[in-house]
Formats: sequence, C-alpha cells, structure tokens
Amino acid sequence: MSQLLDIQQLKVDFTTKDGYLTAIRDVSFQIKAGETVCIVGESGSGKTVASKSIMRLIDYENGKIADGDIRLNDVDLTQLSQRELRAIRGKKMAMIFQEPMAAFDPVFTIGNQIIETILAHKQSSTEKARKRAIYLLQRVGISDAELRLKQYPNELSGGMLQRAMIAMALALGPDLLIADEPTTALDVTIQSQILQLLQELKTEFGMSILLITHDMGIAAEVADRIIVMYAGGIVEQATTLQLFESPHHPYTHGLLQSVTTIDSDRSKKLFSIEGSIPGLSDLPSGCRFHPRCPYATERCLNEAPPLLDVNNRKSACWYSEELVKNDSWKKPTLQTTSDLQRPRKKEQPREKLFTIQELSKFYPLGNRTFSGTSSFVRAVDNVSFTIEKGETFGLVGESGSGKSTLGRVLLQLEKASGGKVLFQDQDLSKLSNKELRETRKHMQMIYQDPYGSVNPRWKVGDIIGEPLQVHQSLTKKEKRIRVQELLEAVGLNKNSSERYPHEFSGGQRQRVAIARAIALNPQFILADEAVSALDVSVQAQIVNLMQELQNDLDLTYLFIAHGLNIVRHISDRIGVMYLGQLVEIAPSEELFKHPAHHYTRGLIGSIPIADPRHQREIISIHGEIPSPANPPSGCRFHTRCPAATARCREEQPLFREIDSGHWAACHHPA
Amino acid sequence: MTLISKALVRIANSFVSVLGSLILVFCIIYLLPGDPVLSMIDPSVATPEMIENLRRELGLDQPFYVQFVEYFTAILHGDFGQSLINSDPVLPKILMHFSATLILTLTSTIFSIVIGVTLGVLSAIYRNKWIDILARLVGLFGISMPTFWSGILLILIFSVNLNWLPAMGSDDWKTLILPSLALGFVGAGLIIRMVRTSMLEVVNEQFIVTLRAKGLSERVVMYRHALRNALIPAITIIGMNIGEMMAGTVVIETVFSRQGIGRIIADAIMAKDLPVIQGVIFFSAIVYVIINLLVDLSYSVIDPRVRRSH
Repeated sequence: MSQLLDIQQLKVDFTTKDGYLTAIRDVSFQIKAGETVCIVGESGSGKTVASKSIMRLIDYENGKIADGDIRLNDVDLTQLSQRELRAIRGKKMAMIFQEPMAAFDPVFTIGNQIIETILAHKQSSTEKARKRAIYLLQRVGISDAELRLKQYPNELSGGMLQRAMIAMALALGPDLLIADEPTTALDVTIQSQILQLLQELKTEFGMSILLITHDMGIAAEVADRIIVMYAGGIVEQATTLQLFESPHHPYTHGLLQSVTTIDSDRSKKLFSIEGSIPGLSDLPSGCRFHPRCPYATERCLNEAPPLLDVNNRKSACWYSEELVKNDSWKKPTLQTTSDLQRPRKKEQPREKLFTIQELSKFYPLGNRTFSGTSSFVRAVDNVSFTIEKGETFGLVGESGSGKSTLGRVLLQLEKASGGKVLFQDQDLSKLSNKELRETRKHMQMIYQDPYGSVNPRWKVGDIIGEPLQVHQSLTKKEKRIRVQELLEAVGLNKNSSERYPHEFSGGQRQRVAIARAIALNPQFILADEAVSALDVSVQAQIVNLMQELQNDLDLTYLFIAHGLNIVRHISDRIGVMYLGQLVEIAPSEELFKHPAHHYTRGLIGSIPIADPRHQREIISIHGEIPSPANPPSGCRFHTRCPAATARCREEQPLFREIDSGHWAACHHPA
Repeated sequence: MTLISKALVRIANSFVSVLGSLILVFCIIYLLPGDPVLSMIDPSVATPEMIENLRRELGLDQPFYVQFVEYFTAILHGDFGQSLINSDPVLPKILMHFSATLILTLTSTIFSIVIGVTLGVLSAIYRNKWIDILARLVGLFGISMPTFWSGILLILIFSVNLNWLPAMGSDDWKTLILPSLALGFVGAGLIIRMVRTSMLEVVNEQFIVTLRAKGLSERVVMYRHALRNALIPAITIIGMNIGEMMAGTVVIETVFSRQGIGRIIADAIMAKDLPVIQGVIFFSAIVYVIINLLVDLSYSVIDPRVRRSH
C-alpha cells in the first residue's frame, strides 16, 4: 500500500531577530492510508512545528521549510503556492487543536464557521452546506444540532466545542486529520469520549490520523505507530507494541518510566528524566539527549547519531542494540531509590488541621433587580470533611465540580455562603481582618500557571522574599540568607535571586512559587492544579520535591488536580467532587482499588492506560457535567450514572461510611 | 438577561447621566466668577436700583436651590431661558444651529472611521512595510496636531494656494470638506493606533490558525474574521471620539467661520451669556449620552459574548 503522507528530511527554520533558528531537522516519516500515528515528546520537542509544517501553517509564523519535502498523495506540499495549498487545506488534510475555546472565532456562530468551510471548498448551496453541517454535528454526538448551529462558541462547553471542531475538520472528508493535543485541555471523562469518537470516525471516513500528544497513555490506546521527538528531531520510531514492549532510545525509555499508573507503587519516588529539554538556540553537541542521558559516552558528546534501523524499528542512539540486551534496562517503571522516606503512617488518629462543616458557596446568577428571580450557581453545596495534620488530601472531579472554589473558600479568599471552616479549631469566618492576616501565615497556596502567578517585573529574590517582608521583620541580610535557603530547599541555584521569572523554565518557575509558599514555614499548602501545566517528567520532579518538603517541614497539603494518577500517587486520602458536593472520600489506594461511587468508577475508567496490550474496559461516563445553577434532583449524578434507579432520581443519597474511612454518597455503591 | 432588558438598564443609566450633567452645569455656572448682570448693562450708566431690578427680574437674587429648581422645572417644560444679550429664546437658537454642527461631527466621524480603520488594518497586515510606516506617521500627526493649526494649514494649502475648496462659510457641501478633515484627523489618529494594536493581537489568536487550516483565503481570514474581532475595542474609541469632536467644533467652527453650536457657545462664553452656555452644554451632554448609549448597544450587535453573557 502506498503512503498517504511521506515526509523526507524535513528541516524548518524560523526567522528571529538574531537570524535563523532551526526548529526541526532531519524529520522523516510516513503515514499509510487508514493509519494512526502519534508523535510524542515533551514541550519544546518540535512536535507541533512538525504538524504545522505539514499544513504549511508555519509560513504565517515566520517559519519556512528550509529543506526536505512533504508529499501528500504524491503531491509535494513544499513546492505549492499558498493559493494552491488553500485548496488542499481543510479538504485533503484538516487539523484540530488543543484549546477548543480559543480555536473558534468568538464572533461567528458555530454553524457559520462550519458552513463557511464547506463553501470555501466546493460549489454548494448554503442550504446544502447547512444540512451537511447539521449531519456532521449529529454525527460527532452533539444533540440539538440545529440549535447548536446558531450558537456562539462561548455558549458551548469545551467538550462540545471540540466535537464541533472535529465536525468542522471532517466537513470535506479529509484523507489526513492532524490532531494537536486534542484532549489536553479537557476533562479525563470527555477526553475518553473524544478519543473514542476519533477512532470511530477514522474508520467511517477512511482517513489517517496524525495525533500529537504528550500522554503516553493516549498514544498506547490509539496509535498504530509512535514517533518520539526530542529537541527538534526524531529519536525513535516504532509500532506501538514494539515501543512499549522494548523502547530502544534512552529518552523513550525515560518517558515510559515517567508514566504513573493506577497500580504503581506509591511508596516510591516518581521517576523523572534529569534536567530539562534544551532550548533551540543552545542545542547540545552530538546527540542532543546526551546531557540528560544516563548512558551517554564520549561518542554521544561528539557525534550525532542518525536514525538507525535496529530490530525492525528506528532509533537514533549509538547504543540501542547493546542497551536493550542490558538487564537494568528492563527494570520496572518506578525508581527504587530510597531517597524518599514517606512519612510513617501513624496509626493513632491524627490531629485535625481543617474541619469543614456544611460548607457552601453560592454565586448569584444574573441581575436580579430586573428579572426578579434569584437563582444561584451552587459551586460548593453542603460539604463536610476534615484534613488531618501532615496528610495530603487529594481533591478530584471534572471542571465545574467546585474543587477550586472549595479551596478558595477554605483559605477565606472567598467568603462562604454557609457553613464553617475550622482551622485548628478556630472558626476562620469569625476572625477579624487582622487576625485572619495573622492566620494566613500558616496557609499558603501554589497555583496552576507558573507564568501567571509570579510578577514578571520582580526579581525572583523579591518574589520569594515578599511574604517575609509582610509577616516578619527581618533585616536585609537575614532576608537575603533566608531567600537563599529557600532557593536551595526547592532545588534552585541560591544565586538566582537576582534573576527575573522569564529566565526560568516552567518547572523552575513552579519551584519559585513553592519557595514563596514555604517561606513562612506554613502548616498548610493548597496546591490548585500545581503540576497540571507541566510536562510529565517535570511534573514528577515537582511532585517529588513537594513530598520531600512535606517530610522535612511537616506540611499538610490539599492537592487539587484533574490528573488522577498523580493525585493517587501523592495523596493519603482523596475526595471526589461532583457538582459542588463530595460524593466519595477514601484512602488513596482503596479509592482506586474499590471505588464505591459510580462517578469515581467512571473517572478511573476514563484514564488511558499506557499499555497497548491492555484493552481498557470502557466504563467511561457519558455526557457532560450539568450546570451547577440547576443541578439534577435526587442524586446529582443520576443523569449520567449507569446504575441509576428511580430512587436515585428522587432521593438524595446520604454521605455515609461504607467501610472504615471510606465514605460515599450513593444508594447503590459498587 | 435579554437584549431588551439590558437596553432598558442602559437607558435608565443614561437618564441618570443627563440629570448629573444638568446639576454639574448649573453648579459650575453658579460658581463662575463675574456678575452676569453687570455684563448686560453698563454700570457707568445704570443706577444701583436698575441693577437690583434686573437682578430680581432674572431671579438671580434667589438662593441657589431655588434658582436650580426653577431652572430645572423650566427645562422640563422645554424652556431653556433667553439670551441675556438679545433676549432670543435659547432652545430655538440651539436647534437652528445644531444641525450644522451635527452634520460636521457626522462627516468628521465618518472620515475618521474610514481613514482610521483602513489605515489601521493595512498597517497591521503589512506590518513594518512602507504602508505601516506611513499609517503610523499619519496617526502620530493626527494625535499631535492641534485642530486649529491643522485647520489653518488646510486652508493655506487647499484654499489659498491651490484654490480648490472654500476656506469659510457653511453654505454647501464643499465647505464641509476642510473642517471635516481637520476635525476627523485627530480621531483618525487614535483609531489607526487602536485598530492596528488590536488587529495585531487578534492575528496571533489561535482561531486565526484554525481559519487558515480550513483553507480560507487570507482576504477572508483578515477582513471577515480578524477585522470584526479587532473592531470591538475600536468601537469604544470611536464612541469617545464623537464627544471629542463635538467639543472640537468650538475651535473648528471659529477657524472656518461656520455656523453652528460651537460658534454659538464660543460667542456666548465671550459675552458671559449664561442661559445660552447652560443650554448648549446641557444639550451637548444629552447628545453625548445618546451617542454613548448607541455605542454601548452596538457592542451587543457586534460581539455575541456581550449579547448573551450570563
């Protein structure tokens, strides 16, 4: 069978102020008709550039194809003019993107944008195009297609928009669909639905898919073949089974080891590849991976290995063959270092740090003076639980479940609408502003976005030193020494206090944020999606750091995240939230082994498994989370629950202890 | 909230603004130094009794609040008082001259939008090319040049030297061209900058990549999609600018010797003709509020996020 897409020796340059910068080089790969190929790698590896080059979209971003060719159905795309390319873009090859919210023009309706695509490519009446659009929307699983057609992007949920995006991409039945991290911005439940949809559509429309992802689990689930990229080049290329059974490149090996699964050993430190991906302007000599490679030799430092054929696959490593034979290569996925002593679980009941009683947070909806109604968004609705001293309490749930609101109310960043938050038996809502400020010393926060949460115009030393200035009266010298201590504690160079945030990578910036959070020796840290924006291997580094700090400083964490595996690894106990309510609380392993609530089961079932031999039993949750302004009656989950009965529709289940320390709010626990 | 109830809220707000401007105008005039009575009659000929009588006649001997209430009730009846100079009723005078000013403001606005949006868009699309540099230069001049100076310059070039267009008067459409250019130039400068900046921001948005990936032509991507998004912030500037231009007519109508409300208020200020000043300011405030109301409502037309935000 001939190749649908054939890329040979592709080299892409970007024009910058200081001349050309080569983003990717020597990239060669093929995609057959009907095949799904995944490109994996950390951010900065060049996977997105590669995909945009195929569409020649880099032409608009100061990029240019410096060398090589890209053949789609034997037409060399590098030789075409933009005018000729337009006839192919959207028709023969289409693309979907990471952020469905940002990928639609906000001022045109969904229908308008789909119809426009159809009309741009073929002679068709608007009416026919509209019918096609409705058909496509229905096909990708959007109900009320005719209504959705008239809606604007801001009126649809992220999952719905991604479906609409897929519908738009399929409008003209392309041969190749390029999907750039299509599910990264979505909840795990929706991710699972979208991936399944893509698989179905692939067969139905007879197309090939090039999927770009950083998630090895997704690659394992959908890919026929996997291409691993690092620092602008391909380091390994193999079938999915080959790659997972026996990775040949140390980078692939590292990536696979970084994967946390739902049955990995929680008492071990997470594996991470040392260091971080190099920038394009200072690529290392020889093999670009050598500074991070535990097997690097003199040769790797001087000579760049080409993509060699080894054991029926391709690997760009001088030592692939020897390494694979090595026994240590086949070690299980987690490091067995003893660097990390997890806190000894004290058997006696621990002291309670936070006691949350019937806590609620409602937001008024719309202007009540004119409409006369008083409806509320019930972001947090009657939640009670405790956080014990020294533990990590994980909080999971889809977006819109109220996790972040709960966290903010806990720290009194927002005022509760009802209920109490006791911090060391002290009712926080009763404190005066001054007392509250005093108490805040003990509670700090780490945010999701390491770019947005530090002031870009402040030096790192000042950022970390600010809490000290607010709460303590240290001399300049004492402050400087303390900042240096903190920098070292989070694994940064102690001399970096004079540098600005933009000089640091995402992971390093998150370390700065952590240093700021621990500056006052707090007792409690709220980490709201603190590792979600980071690459797997950096994520592991940060999680390890947080655990080390927890041991050293006796910290208590509330760890909010949607990456379930990472929550499982770090948390002692986990709470599951749905539509503003806690539906289940259990010790971490217990929750994943014996989930009682069907929502928890669905969440866990939605996690892609990084093992191509293992076919995931699909217990994914259907549909999307309803609006918290108008939650379903009875058990709020009944609309999506596979086990729902008439009772669930009417009667709200009590939150009760079904096993020691295992609470669930379900009439029919699994 | 529906579009209609939103509009109702806006309109209610507008009434508050108008009332506020009425109070403000009255207070400012009241606190202004100088005695209007003394400017009406020559104190060297008039006896103190005559002055007192006139003052009583005009109600100027009453306390502040009484004067205000009287003024306010009169206005509700459509009575803006009479000119102190020639006893003409104020409202008919304003209405008579207002159309000329309105037309000038309108043509200037259209001119500033056409020039501003066109150059702003081209400037963003051909970034750092000659047209961008030209547009930025035009923008810089527009913002920095005072209208009286650019007005005189235009007269000098097009009337005196080239003799293409009339330098003064307000008789036919030809007399409108130069004043509109002078007045619209300032707004055009602001709009160029605003549109350029927001266009440059919009073309970096993710959805522009999507549009290109769909195979749409650059023309469609830029003029159908990017421009509409870029216009949203520009509308604010355009709305504010209309008010600026109305204020600018004071200078322009004098420079070009045109009839209009700007001229009237300039003359009234010179003569301390309080009822006329009050009337014109109040009237302008109403127009300004109406324009801003329209601008506010036009957001909802162009930006669906405003229209149906929850």
